[in-house]
Amino acid sequence: MAEILVFSEKDEIAFELLSKGRELKEELCLGLAAALLGQEVEGRSSQYFSYGAEKVYLGESALWVDFYVETYAQALQRVAEEGGAQILLLGSTKRGKELASRVAQKLGAGCITDVIGLRLEGDGLVADRYALGGNTVASEVIKTERKVIAVMPKTFEAFPLEDGEGQTVHLDLELPEPRVRVVERRPKEGEAVNVEEAEVLVCIGRGLGAEEDLEMIWELAQALGAEVGCTKTLASDFGWLSEERIVGLSGKKCNPRLYVGIGISGQIQHTVGILGSKIIVAINNDPQAPIFKIADYGIVGDLYEVVPRLAERLTPP
Amino acid sequence: MQIVVCLKQIPDLQQIRIKRDTREPVLEGLPFLLGDMDKNALEEAVRIVEQRGGKVTALALGSPKLRDTIKEALAMGADEALLLIDPAFADSDTMTTAKILAKAIEKREYDLILCGEGSTDNYSGQVPSRLAEILGLPQVTYVRQLEFTEGGLRATRDMEEALEIVEVSLPALVSVTSEISEPRLPSLIQILKAAKKPLQEWTSEDLALSAHEVGKEASSLEVISNLAPEQERKNITLEGEVDEVVEQLTDAFTREGVIAR
Ligand SMILES: Cc1cc2nc3c(=O)[nH]c(=O)nc-3n(C[C@H](O)[C@H](O)[C@H](O)COP(=O)(O)OP(=O)(O)OC[C@H]3O[C@@H](n4cnc5c(N)ncnc54)[C@H](O)[C@@H]3O)c2cc1C
Repeated sequence: MAEILVFSEKDEIAFELLSKGRELKEELCLGLAAALLGQEVEGRSSQYFSYGAEKVYLGESALWVDFYVETYAQALQRVAEEGGAQILLLGSTKRGKELASRVAQKLGAGCITDVIGLRLEGDGLVADRYALGGNTVASEVIKTERKVIAVMPKTFEAFPLEDGEGQTVHLDLELPEPRVRVVERRPKEGEAVNVEEAEVLVCIGRGLGAEEDLEMIWELAQALGAEVGCTKTLASDFGWLSEERIVGLSGKKCNPRLYVGIGISGQIQHTVGILGSKIIVAINNDPQAPIFKIADYGIVGDLYEVVPRLAERLTPP
Repeated sequence: MQIVVCLKQIPDLQQIRIKRDTREPVLEGLPFLLGDMDKNALEEAVRIVEQRGGKVTALALGSPKLRDTIKEALAMGADEALLLIDPAFADSDTMTTAKILAKAIEKREYDLILCGEGSTDNYSGQVPSRLAEILGLPQVTYVRQLEFTEGGLRATRDMEEALEIVEVSLPALVSVTSEISEPRLPSLIQILKAAKKPLQEWTSEDLALSAHEVGKEASSLEVISNLAPEQERKNITLEGEVDEVVEQLTDAFTREGVIAR
């Protein structure tokens, strides 16, 4: 039977995709399979079954120490061709995106990356993604027989089955040595911060005049029980906050109950990350700032006056 | 060192207007710019050639407006431009775009192909991978720093959790992030000089591609809608002295039940 093939280098994303795959396979009358490529992967297959994989392709190889996209693409191409995969669901991480495109090219398949929604309409699978720099959401269908779709992490909820069993297929892969060698990996001093999960999010932008002034932003965040996020400028250009805190197109997509944007102009690359907020508050001294167009409550004023007063008002005596 | 930099022209998205009633984007009449990260790639290429010698070719596929848009690349230091312009190329998707670019690159000598990590408009990041596959090249994506070694390149890749330092021999394809360089602002003299630099144009015929191999017909994707997301917001501006607006805002917080207290 033709199948849906799920792969992500991150198990948690593979489980999200499998959970969605269970829904799609019913409607499309397809099988649901997953590929596990790496070292010592066999032990993980039972978890994949519990998320609905009917078949798990196991590829054990010493070559998997480092993720080299060409090698993974070759392996996935083989699995897809031999198993008759019609739809490849991958995670739209950085590695997932480059892999999706490379394997799609190998398969002569159309591909959509950064997918934020997937649904069946008529006979077709429709994928949503941001387009025009985040100004619009494009809904697209893939016309080729095989379809490669890379889905943003956390787009679907992962929910396990009560019991799940399936078949294991051992792959006998003969793969060439990777042409790119990893000589060093320097973990980012990843602050353990998770702005995506925050219920209340205070975001700060270039309106802040100096790094020391972050102090008052932290005070406000504390008074609100909020996490602190920022625009790209503050992290990538100024280095005042870690890149983990960037909200937007190249940063995190957030759905807080309350978002407070301070000294942020509201460029689309930032605001795509906050559209899921329940309430948006903007504090900016320029009444023309685009952020006011998408705000529920706007304060036109100097952040240096408003923020300390607000923090004080919200802090219990 | 022969470097080909792939560049995409994009309507200035800062100036985009959204129709209120239909949520459709209005792109007509917008000026075209080169993609942001494409310019980072170009800047890096120009710097490499300044230090090591060689040639930078700016390669772009697009509408006739490209003839104008590409001048910025020449002014920034590209030695020549190669434009792929043909009505048949219109509405090419990532798959056909990569196919057309690859045909052009194959007619050239090159050591290194540089691209932006993603385009400013769609950011799908597909063209670099697809190009590398067609050309049979190793690919190194998300690069924020590039150095030359004896046998090739050493690149720092900016991955989610780590910086990954990799080595690869040439020829190779590299895609860059915005951190790699600060695109220069060309001086007036450079802008004037750019007008004299070689600029070549190729059509589908020059690339031995038939009309049904390119453009909309050969595209693997169909866009069924492309609209601004719906945003129902209250758009309430709080007015008055600082103390008053702060009071109004805290009241709103309570009313909306958005903060726990
Ligand atoms: C491909 C690409 C991806 C990108 N991805 C992201 C992303 O993921 N996230 C992101 O944030 N950006 C991203 N950007 C950058 C984005 O385009 C903007 O440059 C950035 O969001 C602007 O940040 P800002 O609002 O802090 O700065 P600005 O646009 O400079 O705005 C500063 C604002 O502060 C206000 N201000 C100044 N002083 C005061 C004061 N005293 N009191 C109150 N207000 C004041 C000003 O009126 C102004 O509106 C991306 C760009 C590109 C090209």
